[in-house]
Amino acid sequence: MKLKLEKRPEPSRLMLYASPVGAVIVTMIVGAIIFSIIGYDGLGAVYQVFIAPVATSYKWSDVAIKASPLILIGVGLAVGNRAAIWNIGAEGQYVVGALAGAGIGLLTQNATGPWILPLMILAGIIGGAIWGAIPAWLRTSFNVNETLSSLMLTYVAIHLMNYLVTGPWKDPTGFSFPQTPLVTADQTLPIIIPGTQIHLGVAITLVIAVVMWLLMTRSVFGFQIRVVGSAPQAARHGGFSHKQTVWLAFLLSGGMAGLAGIFEVCGPFSQISLGFPQNYGFTAIIVAFLGRLNPLGVILAGIVLAITYVGGDMAQSALQLPNASKGIFQAMMLFFLLASDILVRYRLRLVRRAPAAVSATVPERSAA
Amino acid sequence: MSLDYLIAVLITVVGASTPILFAGLGELVAEKSGVLNLGVEGMMLIGAIAAFATVDQLGNPWLAVVAAAAAGAAVSMIFAVLTLSLSANQVATGLALTIFGTGLSTLIGNNFTGRAIKTFEPLFPAALASNPIGRVVFGYSPLVYFSFIMVALVAWFLRGTRAGLILRAVGENDLSAHSIGYSVTGVRYAAVAFGGAMAGIGGATFPLVLTPLWAEGLTGGRGWIAIALVVFAGWRPVWLLAGAYFFGLLSTFELYAKASGASWTSILPSEAWAALPYLATVVVLAVISASKQAGGNAPACLGKPFIPSA
Amino acid sequence: MDASLPPRLEVVGISKSFPGVLANDHVSFAVQPGEIHALLGENGAGKSTLVKMIYGIMQPDAGEIRWDGQPVVVAHPRAARRLGIGMVFQHFSLFEALTVLENIALGMDAKIPQRELETKIREVMQTYGLTLDPHRIVSTLSVGERQRIEIVRALLLDPRLLIMDEPTSVLTPQEVDQLFDVLRQLAKEGCSILYISHKLHEIKALCDTATILRGGRVVDTIDPKVETSRSMAEKMIGAGLKDIQKPAGRAFGGEKLVVKGLSMPGEGHFGVALKDISFSVRAGEIFGIAGVAGNGQNALLLALDGEVIGHDAGAVILDGEAVGRENAKQRRLRGLCTVPEERNGHAAVADFSLADNAVLTGRDRLGMVISGMLRSGVARDFTGKVISTFSVKATGAGATAGSLSGGNLQKYIMGREILQNPKVLVVSQPTWGVDAGAAATIHQAIVDLAVAGSAIVVISQDLDELLALSDTLAVINTGRLSKPIPIGDVSIQELGLLMGGVHGEAPTPPAEKELADVV
Repeated sequence: MKLKLEKRPEPSRLMLYASPVGAVIVTMIVGAIIFSIIGYDGLGAVYQVFIAPVATSYKWSDVAIKASPLILIGVGLAVGNRAAIWNIGAEGQYVVGALAGAGIGLLTQNATGPWILPLMILAGIIGGAIWGAIPAWLRTSFNVNETLSSLMLTYVAIHLMNYLVTGPWKDPTGFSFPQTPLVTADQTLPIIIPGTQIHLGVAITLVIAVVMWLLMTRSVFGFQIRVVGSAPQAARHGGFSHKQTVWLAFLLSGGMAGLAGIFEVCGPFSQISLGFPQNYGFTAIIVAFLGRLNPLGVILAGIVLAITYVGGDMAQSALQLPNASKGIFQAMMLFFLLASDILVRYRLRLVRRAPAAVSATVPERSAA
Repeated sequence: MSLDYLIAVLITVVGASTPILFAGLGELVAEKSGVLNLGVEGMMLIGAIAAFATVDQLGNPWLAVVAAAAAGAAVSMIFAVLTLSLSANQVATGLALTIFGTGLSTLIGNNFTGRAIKTFEPLFPAALASNPIGRVVFGYSPLVYFSFIMVALVAWFLRGTRAGLILRAVGENDLSAHSIGYSVTGVRYAAVAFGGAMAGIGGATFPLVLTPLWAEGLTGGRGWIAIALVVFAGWRPVWLLAGAYFFGLLSTFELYAKASGASWTSILPSEAWAALPYLATVVVLAVISASKQAGGNAPACLGKPFIPSA
Repeated sequence: MDASLPPRLEVVGISKSFPGVLANDHVSFAVQPGEIHALLGENGAGKSTLVKMIYGIMQPDAGEIRWDGQPVVVAHPRAARRLGIGMVFQHFSLFEALTVLENIALGMDAKIPQRELETKIREVMQTYGLTLDPHRIVSTLSVGERQRIEIVRALLLDPRLLIMDEPTSVLTPQEVDQLFDVLRQLAKEGCSILYISHKLHEIKALCDTATILRGGRVVDTIDPKVETSRSMAEKMIGAGLKDIQKPAGRAFGGEKLVVKGLSMPGEGHFGVALKDISFSVRAGEIFGIAGVAGNGQNALLLALDGEVIGHDAGAVILDGEAVGRENAKQRRLRGLCTVPEERNGHAAVADFSLADNAVLTGRDRLGMVISGMLRSGVARDFTGKVISTFSVKATGAGATAGSLSGGNLQKYIMGREILQNPKVLVVSQPTWGVDAGAAATIHQAIVDLAVAGSAIVVISQDLDELLALSDTLAVINTGRLSKPIPIGDVSIQELGLLMGGVHGEAPTPPAEKELADVV
């Protein structure tokens, strides 16, 4: 008897939706074991990272505002990944979007009016889109692998941010700390749920996610994305241009990452400092996959990953667990999701060995 | 510009190039078999912390190299099982491996911050390295000489041995190799393990050759540059050597800019020098990828999962 | 053949099943020493599966394989080779970027130093009259030359049984004759040959015995020299043969498709360049393009349907409009529909539903899009119409394309294009890998569409198919098209010369050939 993988006649919808849930649960179990082996309180770590943020009601606001950028970037990445276009540089587009918006903010520091905030937001979107346009241009004009180019540009973006924040954009009243001036009242996102930190950006993010879901399932654009990702030759046969798809995917995901960046500047951070990059751009990749590249799934996955962010902080204060440990849980969720992916197309079967023909050995070649 | 100064620059460049060379060689072999492993950065960090912890606890840098190779290979097996046995998407799995390796190395490394380790004893007798010329030839860490040996070994393996021929065949046409009777999955597992071991040694180079301290994320994106390097070396080991040294050279500008000793670097802010290797990578990738020649050298099955049709 | 010796190979009661299909059902037959034994059956009959088990790629679920009278288990291709079984696959196991010598070395189990191997290769080539340069890179070779690599590889084993899987589908008629000479010589030396094919006239010309498979079972074992083609065809297909209904003496309308001086650079590294192709097709006419695989057929289709766009607007003229610079979407809107040769991944997407596959090519012509949003109801209705009109066996519009059999998927794809009422239809390899029943449906549908007034181009490797369908015939070779010939003036010999043209071989005087009456 042995285990065999047998192809299903049709992909299993049950496994499609169950596997992300399974991946999270298995991560909690295996994670607890690994952390115990390394010498920490395994069960306690899992509790702090996954359960505590949900169990503690005053942390919900925290989860919501961390989920927002993850969902926003994740939706953009999900669209691109569906087309087999790999934007790994969302973190860089997030930073450049934030810088573009913050730049407008510096210019309008002394101005007032309701037009300032939308202008900053627009700048954020454009900044992120431009940073995403570079890998798109390199891919369509020079056939450069977009994974490598978008990633290289992330490092460039962070160095750019470091330069601006320690030099020309440093807050003159900030005691020489490397940070930009705080945003003004006109440049701050209004809070939509009183008593919390939940700002307008969170609501806009959810709307965008739902709109993207409608587009992906009902529009020709969504169809285009899916065909290009599944069968590029068939896409070409069907009249869809691969180059156009690359541009659209990068402008979209870059713009959304940039939007997430400016939301953070005008919301939770109120400025840009050296600690601004929170790795949302990379974690959003996990969010996109855990959400099965579906915008609605991304909303749920974004909440889960946001829980681990908040939980990571809680674990640090409760158990002195270094903050980096959340990265291990996050990566493990992706591992288990990828591992369970195969069960969507194949099922496990126990098979009996075929009754062998009567013979033990293969006879050697006899002389002719 | 004294001779001593030039020699110091040369030694710095060699040190900066060696980790990229090791990691690049490993990824080259993996890609030649058809596997695209983007987890190089994560594997390097695992190797780095394994090496650091080994020397810190056991005091033997040679053992540390072995530990780094073993750790890199072990963690690469996560990638191998997911992509080779479970047909998972190679890009996503590689990224997950990088995130995992980064997190795990930081977690373990937490116990080692602030501790300094001893590195290699000089390989050659001090007399040989006493004069400037001698230092240039004999003054390097043993890992540097090992990296040159590995370039030659990998080049010979791929072109001159039957096993290398089989590996190249698997990367060119996995279905044909399978029809003939070769184990595509077996060859790829071995190639991925080699890639992991070399990435681990590349990571070990940081504490053992460059700076004998632990810092979070000390590889600073070199793993990604190594992957890009394989592309512009056209999957050829000797060109990889040239590329690694080119980037080693570029990344030293940042060090000199920060040290503020060299005035010529102050024409640009230090962050610009830090960004230079990454920008240069993008430019070189554009030039290389645009030429038809380079595209033709890529193993035909690169990145595609192996699905034997019944 | 010596009747006192035990059979070289005997299979007894072999069965093999896969999820949803019984590929081989208690198959039994025997091959004598020095015999050329045909395994005859249409696509899907189970020949490939059976042979893969003989060669050790898979194991049977039940039954026995006997070698020289002794039962054996062939666990792995290496074990098969050790027994003395050599196999030349239909789809070559070659590595394009490596040399002939390296490819042969990879196929050998023994580790022979390259210089010694080269000497051995040259010996074998001389003995059997095959010519190849061991140091050429495979990507530069023609298909016939590539097959020679496979044959040399098998011959180096000194085989006692050589299995040939559909070897002639990629050869010109002259190359087929050369191959038969090699096989006859081998048989005379005592090597048995197991020859898998569905081409009746070849089996009659070459083979001593034929075992006919249908639906996984052995129908009969016969002597092809005695049995008629018609009875063999009927045993192979199982039903009464239906000839294509083609009204004689049709009048053709105006020119719907004019191709003038179409030239394209080769795509990618191994692509064939098109050179100055010119032909025209009138309304109601079926224009056949014959040619061995790899001579630019796919490139021609891509250039015609707009997937690859050239510089000359006048190179492709559709119903009077110069469309040479228009893309696929625009050409489709003008009434040009195409079916590429690759079902999986080009003409259709395996993971998508049939309805989504209809959206792929039909969305603009059939009004499935409104302000950028898809009208899924329209797509579903159309899909249902295709399924019922073309008797596609599928569970419904929501079934994935990958869940259909080859023949059914091809029927769906053809139906999808035909029901869009194109002015011009270009199809490539319309019945490749398709069972005879579906092939007949497709052929009749093509003829019906022509009678209704469309201009049709059929690109195919199957001469029999082209001779049955076409009104006019031309040959494509290394990217060039021959002068079109009306079907009544065509001779097989001339076609064969045109197909084999530029490979530099002096064509051998062709043996006698009759037009076989096959489906």
